[in-house]
Amino acid sequence: MQLYERRRLTNWLVIGLSMVATAFGLLWLALVLGTLLIDGIGAVGPTLFTQMTPPPGSTGGLLNAIAGSLAMTVIATLIGTPTGILAGTFLAEYARGSRIGEAVRFVNDILLSAPSIIVGLFVYEAMVIRMGHFSAWAGAVALAIIMVPVVVRTTEDMLRLVPSPLREAAAALGAPKWKVVVMVTYRAAMQGMVTGVLLAIARISGETAPLLFTALNNQFWSSDLNAPMANLPVVIFQFAMSPYADWQVLAWGGALLITAAILLLNITARVLAAWSSFKP
Amino acid sequence: MISPTARPIAAEEPDSADPTGVDEAPPRQQRRPLAAPPIAALVQRKPEGAEAARVETPAVKVDIRHVNFFYGKFHALRDISIPLHDRRVTAFIGPSRCGKSTLLRILNRIYELYPGQAATGEVILDGDNILAPGLDVNRLRGKIGMVFQKPTPFPMSIHDNIAFGIRLYERVPKSELDDRVESALRRAALWDEVKNKLRDSGLSLSGGQQQRLCIARAIAIEPEVLLLDEPASALDPISTQRIEELVAELKTDYCIAIVTHNMQQAARSSDYTAFLYLGELVEFDETETIFTHPRVRRTEDYITGRFG
Repeated sequence: MQLYERRRLTNWLVIGLSMVATAFGLLWLALVLGTLLIDGIGAVGPTLFTQMTPPPGSTGGLLNAIAGSLAMTVIATLIGTPTGILAGTFLAEYARGSRIGEAVRFVNDILLSAPSIIVGLFVYEAMVIRMGHFSAWAGAVALAIIMVPVVVRTTEDMLRLVPSPLREAAAALGAPKWKVVVMVTYRAAMQGMVTGVLLAIARISGETAPLLFTALNNQFWSSDLNAPMANLPVVIFQFAMSPYADWQVLAWGGALLITAAILLLNITARVLAAWSSFKP
Repeated sequence: MISPTARPIAAEEPDSADPTGVDEAPPRQQRRPLAAPPIAALVQRKPEGAEAARVETPAVKVDIRHVNFFYGKFHALRDISIPLHDRRVTAFIGPSRCGKSTLLRILNRIYELYPGQAATGEVILDGDNILAPGLDVNRLRGKIGMVFQKPTPFPMSIHDNIAFGIRLYERVPKSELDDRVESALRRAALWDEVKNKLRDSGLSLSGGQQQRLCIARAIAIEPEVLLLDEPASALDPISTQRIEELVAELKTDYCIAIVTHNMQQAARSSDYTAFLYLGELVEFDETETIFTHPRVRRTEDYITGRFG
C-alpha cells in the first residue's frame, strides 16, 4: 500500500512538472504573439499594402517590401523545391545503404543546421562580390540554399515511410525504377512532400541574415532582379532599430504580417497532412 | 522447432524426437489417425482408373534447378530443385523463415531490388535461364506476376491500378483499355463489386477486395506464371475462401506457385507441395502424397502440426 501511495505521488509530481514546463514554454509564445498583435494591429490598414516604405516623418506602407519578399521567396522556391526533391529522391530511392548516400545525408544534416548568416556570407562572396552589387537574385539564391536541406530531409523521410511492398508490387509488374518512383512512390508520399515544401517556405520567409548580405534593401519600388530589392525581414530590422516612431509602427505591422503568413503556411501544411491521413 | 531429443533411453521409441517436449505423448502410431485424416481428407482426390489415363501431367513450366540463395553471407536456401507444372498449383509450405517466400522472390528476381542478395543455380522458364545475367528483368516480370501477403493497391483509382500495368507494355486506346480493365476485374471476381466505382481510390476497398484487385492487376498484363506470397494470410475466412476459389479458376490458364502457412489451404488448393525446412527442400511430391503418405518423418510432423 505504501508502495502504491509513493507511486501515485511520483505520478502526480511528474505530471505537475510537465504541465509547468509546458506552460512556461507556451507563455513566451503567447507573449510574443500578444505583443505582436497589440503593437502591430495599429499598422495594419489599406495603406500598408498600397504604399511604399516612407522616409521618416511621412506616411507610407510596405508594398515594395511585401512584393520583394514574395518575389524572392517564389524564386527561391522554384530553385529549391526541384533540387531538394530530386536530392531527397536520390537518398531514399537510389542511395539506400550506400556510402555516397550516407555522405550526402550527413552533409545535408550539417547544412540543415548551418547558421543562416553563413549562407548569406557565402552568397555575398560567391555572387554579390563578383557581380559588383547587391541583387534580388543573390537574395533568392541564399534563400534557396537554406530551403534545399529542409526539402531534402522531408522528401527523404516521406519517401521512406512508403512501405517497400508497394515498390515491390510495382516492380513486380515489370515497371522500370523511375516509373515506380514517379507513378507510385511519389503519389503515396505526395501530401507529406508538399507539406515539407510548405514548411520550408515558412522557414525562409522570415530569414533576415542571408538577405542582409545579398538583396540588401531598397527604399523604392523595384522590379529589377539585378538590383537590390526591398524585403520584409530587412525592412523590419531597419525600421525597428530606427528612432522614428512611425517607422517602428511599420516594423510592427511587417512583423505581424510575416507571422500571419507563416501561420497560414503551417496551417495549410497541417490541413494537408491531416487530409492525407484521413484518406482510407 | 525441433528440440534435441530429451527422451530417456529407456523409452523404446528410436525415431521419435518429441518436438513438443511432452513426456507422456502417446506413441506415434496411435496419434497419427487422429491428426492426419482431417487434412488428408481435404486433398483433391486424383482421378483414378480410366479417368486418370486421360488426365496427363502438363509440362514443366518453370524448372528450379539447384538454386542457392544468400542474404549477404547468410546461406538462406540450399540446393533447391523443384519443377513447377503448367496449369497446376504448387504450394511451398514450411515454418516461418524456412525460405518459402525467398524461393518465390527468386522466380521474378524481385530480390534484386535490395543490395546484398544473390541467387545461384538455374531457373528455367520455357527453356531460358531467368537467373542469367543480362536478362531483361522487366520483361521477365511481365511474364511472371506476383501477389503479396499484404494487399498493395497503388494510391490511385481502381481503374488506374489495373491500367498501370497494361500501359507499361502497350499503348491501347481508351475504349480497349476499359475493356481490358473490366475483363481483368471479372476474372479476379471483383467486377460486380466495383463496377460502379472504378474512379474511387483502390485504397477505399476492403482487405479482401484489395487483394483481388492486386490479383486482377497481376493478370491484366497476361503473365504466364503467377506467384502468390501468402495471399490470404492477412484476410478473414470468407475473403480467404474467395481467393482460394479464384486460384482454382486461374490455374486453368496459369502456372501458379503459392506460399502458405496454412496447411489446410495447401491441401485444398494445390496439386503439388514442396516442404521446406531451414533453407532445404525436405520433400516435394503431389499434394495428395505429401498429405497422406509423406516419405520423410519431418514432413509428417509438420503437416500434422507437431512443430512449426
